[in-house]
Amino acid sequence: MVKRVLSSTALGRTGVSDWLVQRVSALIMLAYVVFMLGFYLGHSSIDFGTWHGLFASTWMRVFNVLLLLSVLGHAWIGIWTVLTDYVKCAYLRGTLQILIILGFLACLVWGIQIFWV
Amino acid sequence: MTNTHTIKFSVYRYDPEKDQEPYMQAMSLELPKGSDMMLLDALEYLKAQDQSLTFRRSCREGVCGSDGLNINGKNGLACMTHVSELKQPIVVRPLPGFPVIRDLVVDMTQFYRQYEAIQPYLINDNKTETKEFLQSPKDREELDGVYECILCACCSSSCPSFWWNPEKFIGPAGLLWAYRFIADTRDTATEQRLANLEDPYSLFRCRGIMNCVQVCPKGLNPTRAIGKIRSKLLQRAV
Repeated sequence: MVKRVLSSTALGRTGVSDWLVQRVSALIMLAYVVFMLGFYLGHSSIDFGTWHGLFASTWMRVFNVLLLLSVLGHAWIGIWTVLTDYVKCAYLRGTLQILIILGFLACLVWGIQIFWV
Repeated sequence: MTNTHTIKFSVYRYDPEKDQEPYMQAMSLELPKGSDMMLLDALEYLKAQDQSLTFRRSCREGVCGSDGLNINGKNGLACMTHVSELKQPIVVRPLPGFPVIRDLVVDMTQFYRQYEAIQPYLINDNKTETKEFLQSPKDREELDGVYECILCACCSSSCPSFWWNPEKFIGPAGLLWAYRFIADTRDTATEQRLANLEDPYSLFRCRGIMNCVQVCPKGLNPTRAIGKIRSKLLQRAV
């Protein structure tokens, strides 16, 4: 039997969009890591003031939320792929997916609260 | 000093009508020193010893694709593998991930269904053309390294994505064939072919680990063909 899955619990509607999200989110995460390394190396001593100043700026808040969205989106596509490969029972797979999505949504709301407020 | 040397084999045996479960059978062959043969010939000699040994074969020259086997852990064609190049005992198993019918013979139905699903024939809706459809040598070159596939299933049977989702993922062989018709300038169904591949499984379950490239006995590169289809899907989607 040949099955063509036209709608699924993947992030996007098609494999093309998931593939693209995976690449773009990876670039954002890489940029964040490079920026953070640069920030550490650029400052001989980092105290609370420098740290607070960095995270209080609007562009850094945007960057942080972008990172958060990238990590969660990237992780969801990866986990969805692993679950659909290895968990054969649809009920168990669906339950795991719902639990993970709820966890990710909680992380998103909580993360935005930490980064933005 | 003897003039022969012994080649040791460990062969996967399973007859569902007799055996509770599969087992490995130790077998051996005496060969004149300095002589060599293909693994397929060795299997024929082993079959002469034990007539119940079952395997597929046809052309014995790497064209028909019947004798794809797992040889010392790597998929390949028995008729193109020299016995002298293999570490002993030579472990011969059926293609992994496919249901075993008996001994080294596997059920390839699912593999062929995925092949059928990519419509492996030229579609041309140009009804007014009454002459043959010509191609420039440059357009024809695009099919080199693609059309040579003999559907031996060595690639798809070495692909974990195909093991886990054989109904949803087309597999390297089917995708190589899909590209053969997508790349063909005489084919007019490119859009329809691409639309059939954009879902999260059919093509995108490929994780690019290149097992298919490593085992292809014809030296073809399904991963590159998949990459080319993916580029076309991206150009179409953005």
